Amino acid sequence: MAEPLLSVDSVSRRFGGLLAVNAASLSADTGRITALIGPNGAGKTTLFSLISGFLKPSAGTVRYAGHDVTREPPHRRARRGIARTFQIVQPFAGLSVRENILVGAHLRHRARAEALALAERVGRDVGLGDLLERPAHALTVAGRKRLELARALATEPQLLLLDEVLAGLNPSEIRDIIPVLRALSARGIGVLMIEHVMQAVMSLAEHVFVLAEGRIIAQGSPAEVVADPIVVEAYLGHGAAARVGSGHAH
Amino acid sequence: MLTETTSAEPLLDIRALCAGYGDTDVLRGVDLKVEPGEIVAVLGSNGVGKSTLNRTISGVVRARSGAVVFEGAAIEQEKPAAIVARGLIHVPEGRRIFPNLSVRDNLDLGSYRRAAARRAANRERVFTIFPRLRERRSQAAGTLSGGEQQMLAIGRGLMAEPTLLILDEPSLGLSPLLVEELFALIARIHAEGVAVLLVEQNVVQSLEIAGRAYILAEGRCLMSGPAAAIAADPQLRRAYLGL
Repeated sequence: MAEPLLSVDSVSRRFGGLLAVNAASLSADTGRITALIGPNGAGKTTLFSLISGFLKPSAGTVRYAGHDVTREPPHRRARRGIARTFQIVQPFAGLSVRENILVGAHLRHRARAEALALAERVGRDVGLGDLLERPAHALTVAGRKRLELARALATEPQLLLLDEVLAGLNPSEIRDIIPVLRALSARGIGVLMIEHVMQAVMSLAEHVFVLAEGRIIAQGSPAEVVADPIVVEAYLGHGAAARVGSGHAH
Repeated sequence: MLTETTSAEPLLDIRALCAGYGDTDVLRGVDLKVEPGEIVAVLGSNGVGKSTLNRTISGVVRARSGAVVFEGAAIEQEKPAAIVARGLIHVPEGRRIFPNLSVRDNLDLGSYRRAAARRAANRERVFTIFPRLRERRSQAAGTLSGGEQQMLAIGRGLMAEPTLLILDEPSLGLSPLLVEELFALIARIHAEGVAVLLVEQNVVQSLEIAGRAYILAEGRCLMSGPAAAIAADPQLRRAYLGL
């Protein structure tokens, strides 16, 4: 069996006395959307930092595209094709939307004209085509979330780590961005997304991992996971579980 | 057409309120009322001015024109500290806790303008509502998880014994289970007689808990009415709520 694009094997990360990630294993593959869900404080973002290189694990390995990248710094992993977004979006507020995207595009394109062309294309792909000249600080929350996505995409990743890109969006804004995410995986990008918006997880993800207190407590298809009593207890709650069942998950 | 319910003396009465930043007008004549002890939801897309409305009510942004009347007093020219002292407490979007201070110190900071004499008792009350905060009372607030930080921000607001509590996107970034707990908590605060002005993207649950709702669009109140009626209106659901 071929090795998946990303395989995380029994990684742990300790902060002083706190074991934030505890022997967690997961994988994500090309052209698929994989979701990582779990309670607040479960260690999801820490796990993202271990995958993208912002943190080094206390134990375990991270393999990407056949290489052991466990000890590599973030910029090396970015060059290999791993990009991440951040929960708290921090665009360069004084730069235009186009210039913000350009920063990511320069990773692989030294020539300004090439990078500009890529930035424009990526901006259009995420639905910011009409706002490219706007200063980033003038965007709404929904626009900033799209810009965060565009900045990561401009690095031309093979693996995209999305940390709550839907948080703060209202139901119609979520409905609008779902096809954008689906199109990315259709283009062959492997997407690993941390998300609390279950409506999106249910409709996008092929496979879901559930992290709680640093451990993977369940995994499977979205339908399997939301029916798992352990997941309902630790994460969903009975109300949300019922709404997911009736197709009303937000 | 949905109509507004009115009573003799609203707790908060906002009339033709205009506000903005620099050359940009954000609020263009908002009318909104909150009755004593009521939960009112404010809905609308990102960028329509919901947070600006909150910031103008609490005095962080100065009103350009119009009136904000709280318990019969015009407060639109008052400073935020004076408004806090009146019992109108705003829990801002994004929590805005002090990350390097302990949980306990963050809570105590909520009681400097109001209810200082009952600080210890109110802290105890907050710890009873949020047992996680008691467990972590000596920890730096920045080490709390997102959900715990949200609890801390609300707890800090409760320390001032609010008559009206403004909650700006309290469910942002919370897991479904915590969102459920949060809404139960809002109901509990409401049951103690506190009026709540709730700005939320979580439309479904907000309309379940609220008595009335306003839909904001382009800096104005497009519509208001009983929350149940708004939740049931198919055209509103499609056009403004994305349901």
